[in-house]
Amino acid sequence: MRNSNRSVSIPLHQRLVPAVYILFLMLPIYWLLSMSFKTTNEILGGFSFFPQDFTLENYMEIFTDPTWYRGYLNSITYVVINTVISVTVALPAAYAFSRYRFLGDKHLFFWLLTNRMAPPAVFALPFFQLYAAIDLYDTHIAVALAHCLFNIPLAVWILEGFMSGVPKQLDEMAYIDGYSFPQFFVRIFMPAIASGIGVAAFFCFMYSWVEMLLSKTLTSVAAKSIAATMTRTASTAGYELGLLAAAGALTIIPGAIVIYFVRNYIARGFSLGRV
Amino acid sequence: MTKIALQNIRHSYLGSPQTDGDFAIKHINTVFEDGGAYALLGPSGCGKTTLLGIVSGLISPTSGRILFDGEDITRVDTIHRHIAQVFQFPVIYDTMTVFDNLAFPLRNRKVPESDIKARVLDVAKMLDLEEGIHRRAASLTVDGKQKISLGRGLVREDVNVMMFDEPLTVIDQNMKWELRSKLKELHQNVRTTMIYVTHDQTEALTFADEVLVMYEGRVVQSGTPVELFEKPRHTFVGYFIGSPGMNIFPCQISGETVEFSGLPIECDNQIQGIRSLQDSQAITEIGIRPEYVRFSNQGIPVRICRVDDLGRHQLVHVEHEHHAIKLICPEDAPIPEGSACVRFEKSRTFLYADKWLAGEGSQS
Amino acid sequence: MINKTIRQSAWLFVVPVVLLVAFNALIPLMTVVNYAFQETFGDNVFFWEGLTWFEQVLNSDRFHDAFLRQIMFTSIILLIEVPLGIAIALSMPRKGPWVSVCLVLMALPLLIPWNVVGAMWNIFALPDIGLLGYSLNSMGIDYNFTQQPISAWATMILMDVWHWTSLVVLLAYAGLTAIPEAYYQAARIDGASKWAVFKWIQLPKMKRVLTIAILLRFMDSFMIYTELIVLTGGGPGNSTTLLSIDLVKLALGQFDLGPAAAMSLIYFFIVLLICWVFYTLMMKNEKQ
Repeated sequence: MRNSNRSVSIPLHQRLVPAVYILFLMLPIYWLLSMSFKTTNEILGGFSFFPQDFTLENYMEIFTDPTWYRGYLNSITYVVINTVISVTVALPAAYAFSRYRFLGDKHLFFWLLTNRMAPPAVFALPFFQLYAAIDLYDTHIAVALAHCLFNIPLAVWILEGFMSGVPKQLDEMAYIDGYSFPQFFVRIFMPAIASGIGVAAFFCFMYSWVEMLLSKTLTSVAAKSIAATMTRTASTAGYELGLLAAAGALTIIPGAIVIYFVRNYIARGFSLGRV
Repeated sequence: MTKIALQNIRHSYLGSPQTDGDFAIKHINTVFEDGGAYALLGPSGCGKTTLLGIVSGLISPTSGRILFDGEDITRVDTIHRHIAQVFQFPVIYDTMTVFDNLAFPLRNRKVPESDIKARVLDVAKMLDLEEGIHRRAASLTVDGKQKISLGRGLVREDVNVMMFDEPLTVIDQNMKWELRSKLKELHQNVRTTMIYVTHDQTEALTFADEVLVMYEGRVVQSGTPVELFEKPRHTFVGYFIGSPGMNIFPCQISGETVEFSGLPIECDNQIQGIRSLQDSQAITEIGIRPEYVRFSNQGIPVRICRVDDLGRHQLVHVEHEHHAIKLICPEDAPIPEGSACVRFEKSRTFLYADKWLAGEGSQS
Repeated sequence: MINKTIRQSAWLFVVPVVLLVAFNALIPLMTVVNYAFQETFGDNVFFWEGLTWFEQVLNSDRFHDAFLRQIMFTSIILLIEVPLGIAIALSMPRKGPWVSVCLVLMALPLLIPWNVVGAMWNIFALPDIGLLGYSLNSMGIDYNFTQQPISAWATMILMDVWHWTSLVVLLAYAGLTAIPEAYYQAARIDGASKWAVFKWIQLPKMKRVLTIAILLRFMDSFMIYTELIVLTGGGPGNSTTLLSIDLVKLALGQFDLGPAAAMSLIYFFIVLLICWVFYTLMMKNEKQ
């Protein structure tokens, strides 16, 4: 559609806006990467735009020291568990909200959303007490469950938006064709809202991966998250900026991989089915 | 008031079109006379919406020229072409009132507010939109919204041509009738050139004085509804217009006669047709509308397959050596059983070569 | 909109969600409420304190200051991020190979753990060896975010803009791409200016997604903690101590659990109230 595009054509100087913005986004990331390839001496010695004394030592340390790389594995473990739990329980709930009216449905929906508004700082200490009391402190499942507090409401909300966009005739047709409810849900309905499930999973992954206050509060040794591991560099092992930068740079990778997988949904999916 | 001429228009959506197949508009030459009501009729993908875009300036053609009253406006921007368009689904400005919607094109053109008011109220009256004119446009029903999109064209006095891109697609069946007659009435009152794009032959034939039938990026025939029905210049026109469409059979030419599975058939355009076919490898076909096939004592022997009662007439399906033939008979006419013979009315039987009416040459 | 059937058994579908969320929300909330109204000296012995803690928190200058800083911070970042996000979304091409690349790069900051965001900006802004700090100082601008409140605020706001503008861009862009081409064509035929197209077509069509963007940005900025504690730690002095940081200082730093719990409830209540008002206004607007 070469020509019909003209109505939304954008002049050249305006096209520079996204480019400048992306440059701005990349600068701190570049600096983090640059730092991660510098030696401590070079960093403390003064300013240099490119690493003068290029080193992989910081990365070597992370990959060889179990306390470091376990931090990553622990974080990924609880994030995946949380994403699976959140999306799984949110699916039937979102279906109920999008298709049926029942006693207290609106209040329930609003109450769920209010939990998305609860500041984690408010809940940090009570969470610690709660999970200590039920003997789940310092486990992956504790963090995964705690993150459900804000991820389940979000997943329900996103999925409800997508499901409301699917005509009810689809359900009715399936029953006429003799599908039972579980068969219909798994074989027909879920494929119909596949992009919604993708977007919901993406958001759950994102918020669980980036949240660091609860995950730090709820773990100490066995399930220690990468956030807690990173605080160590600032305290016990002295101020090792290069190591910190390398550790930080590595946390960008899982996110980047996830974005790559959902790249085709981003343009439309981010409207959460509510355009 | 403007006469619009399209000269040698070709258009491709590809960057560097190679073959004919790459063109959405293959080759079009046509003239829209001032004040006429035209319809562009054709199946989806035939290029009719593209052609509309070329007239409105939303699409600039790969080659060819568009003239408004003899002036070349091929590179002129939409806004300076002074056109109006109604789209498939209603395009309204949701957050404005009905009044503001209608006033919008005038305000953009810096018309004084007092003139705007008079003009908008005039148009609202014409379209029965006066009631609730100060309500949000978003609160109207679909047909009301579509009237607003129509009204935004009517308020402007400088409009050269009004174009409709399947405007009734999303309208309820019973409202379709009303809007269609409204359009016809408007055309008689305002006398602006109107071009109406549709794939529905009833809409096209009832609206337009002249219908352009499009097929695979070409205008295969243009003419009054009667002409299209009586003498299709292309087998597609025969097939697409009429219900059911024309009977079309393969035929052979032997010497001076046209033969349909061995039987000689007389065609209206036989003499020029056969002359033009000499030494060509063209695929030949004959076409005859079901209305002009009759039962008779002699002629083509057929087997009766089925009779559909269509109320005012009967549609009879017969078969001659695996060639299905349809006939339309009056409702009270006796239908023979088992087998019978049919005859084609000579003046309504046409010979086609490579799909075009033989002897007349293809338009392009 | 779908016509919903009334069916009470639909509750069964909602039970797992309710149980999981209630477990995480109600029990900790009860704990907070317990602390908020009572005084404890350990061993699960509580003394009823009534509204004492609430009065104490609401009357303290410390809370007022933190609250004002919070309001200021949230207002500034909303005023920058929302218009900027819309402007960037409007400047993006609608299709073509660059769209995916742009979107992926823009989404990147959203997926970086919050402590890393803080650490990254700390390293980036360090006055002597950070790219930003060094550049500013060598241009003759006196900049040191660990010493000067103004610099600290500027860094904090710049960090949040860096971190979150993309969310607005992605949502606004999703709204824009959903506008059918016919609207733009009709606007051209009606002779609408670029500004008129924005005002009457693009903005109304983006309203829903922008509501979501503003709500999310409001909530998240009101809860900001991790990035800030790593970047400035609330300093210099208390200049960047926003509500969350103040709360954690109170609860874990000083172990004043009573006032901390009372403050938690007030804090939560404020977020709820503002969201509710905002949501109601938006919905009312939509119905008209």
